[in-house]
Amino acid sequence: MQSLAPRRLASACRRSTTLPPTRRWHSSSPQSAPTQTPEPGPSRTTHFGYRTVPEESKESLVRGVFDSVASNYDLMNDAMSMGVHRLWKDEFVGLLRPGSKGPVRCIDVAGGTGDIALRMLDHAREKYADRETSVDVVDINAEMLRAGYVRFKKTMYHDTSQIAFHEANAQDLGQERFLSNSYDLYTIAFGIRNVTNIREALAEAYRVLKPGGTFACLEFNKVTNPILAQLYDQYSFSVIPMLGSILAGDRDSYQYLVESIRRFPSQWDFAKMIADAGFATGEHHSGNGGAWRDLWGGIACIHTGVKV
Amino acid sequence: MRLGSRRQAQTSSPVFKRVRHVATRPPPAYPGHVPLTLPEKAFMAVGSGLMAFFRPQRGDMVAVFGEMTAGPALPQLLDRMLECEEGRRILKERPRINSSTVDLAALSRLPEGTFGRTYVNWLERCGVTPDTREPVRYVDDPELAYVMQRYRECHDFYHAINGMPVSVEYEIAVKLFEFANLGLPMTALAGLTTIRLPPKKRARLSEYIPWALRCGSSARSLITVYWEERWNQNVEDLKCDLGVWDPPPPIWRKPLGEATGGTATAVEV
Repeated sequence: MQSLAPRRLASACRRSTTLPPTRRWHSSSPQSAPTQTPEPGPSRTTHFGYRTVPEESKESLVRGVFDSVASNYDLMNDAMSMGVHRLWKDEFVGLLRPGSKGPVRCIDVAGGTGDIALRMLDHAREKYADRETSVDVVDINAEMLRAGYVRFKKTMYHDTSQIAFHEANAQDLGQERFLSNSYDLYTIAFGIRNVTNIREALAEAYRVLKPGGTFACLEFNKVTNPILAQLYDQYSFSVIPMLGSILAGDRDSYQYLVESIRRFPSQWDFAKMIADAGFATGEHHSGNGGAWRDLWGGIACIHTGVKV
Repeated sequence: MRLGSRRQAQTSSPVFKRVRHVATRPPPAYPGHVPLTLPEKAFMAVGSGLMAFFRPQRGDMVAVFGEMTAGPALPQLLDRMLECEEGRRILKERPRINSSTVDLAALSRLPEGTFGRTYVNWLERCGVTPDTREPVRYVDDPELAYVMQRYRECHDFYHAINGMPVSVEYEIAVKLFEFANLGLPMTALAGLTTIRLPPKKRARLSEYIPWALRCGSSARSLITVYWEERWNQNVEDLKCDLGVWDPPPPIWRKPLGEATGGTATAVEV
């Protein structure tokens, strides 16, 4: 099976990144389980793609993957989805319509390279002449944030109060920096499947949103149509790791990404988790009035909820 | 146990063929092995070839292209090794070459003129280490995978005994030398990258082509050489043993004097 030694990923990162190395600002916050006492027995395990790993190490393994892919992330997204990820992100932002009811304070988690943040600010500006909407981009990975920062430097939002970058863990954003009930909109695009404990991330999302605030998640999900599922599996497990190896020099990280998609809960299960976190969701079906909206047959999916 | 016998019963039927889901692969034959299907190998061959052509700095793609296109050359190299006693010893002991298996400090203390000292001088002069070789991942047979890995790790020795720098025109010359000596298709295809060279470098390379082809084809098959046993051997005697002679003198960016601490006279630049 794949040998995914973190050292090899790290050395691949040094080989492939073109940005100067960043100083780590501070280490991410430790796994938070405030109501549980530490267990003396065997440590809890979780999945990392198709491997089973101790829970404590998943975070650093994921960080290793994204350190490695950061510099080529946008290129790889284009190659892997043949540019379709742009359509999905456009639809995601179009659905949320930031700025339609006045300026929003948005937090975009796992949004390192700034794709969603830029689309939201542009949407608010172009459609509603809104220059007060702001986005706080949060990511656990400093390399991804740096890539986002550099991209924003080429735009008019650089050095304004509309955009800020923060290194934090989605499971424990931190009470001091991210106050409770402070955001109108929480978005997480293609990031939640990498979180070790999804429920904790949902709980944090609930905490930082204002009452009436919207939670929106864009993620890869289960394809229900069997023919499409076959083609999609073939493409995912065959072509994507090879593209990762050819374009980015890192087959293992892309193998992980493909496997992590399969491990993510189904549309229905995830909608249930969102409802359990306290959000009001639509009915348990796809489409208008539903808790989720399938894109391209379920390859990607938008889940939404409102904090009541 | 039960599952294995069920699998045997199923695969023994001529009609039923076990179809594996695309998400799983057959078990690896050695650590790091990734078994690919035939269409995947074709895709990797084309993809890595294009990438290696347009970005020759991507050493990993050159390596993968070599693995994809090796074809019958690897079994031939294996046969070469099995025919000779030194080669058989290499296959039995499977030595690896990287900075943890090669004691560079000890080699640098060897007297001038020995192969070990020449190698260390060459490493310093070019600014490379023995660690830059990609592990073999796509060759299915473990023994052939080792032969490929050995070829990759010995590439620097071919540079060192011929005194060739690592700039692109000399790299291609050494690749053509390897093609004449070992027969791997990737090495010949590396010659195609000459069309991307600027005219001055291409002219310099063309001086080396006759030497590369003649010397490579007449020398002993270098894959059978147990280099690690020959650190103390005088490098000129070694070249005589192998049937290798000097190429036209190359142009180095760093004069010889600096690398050896000024004990040897600088080669004309």
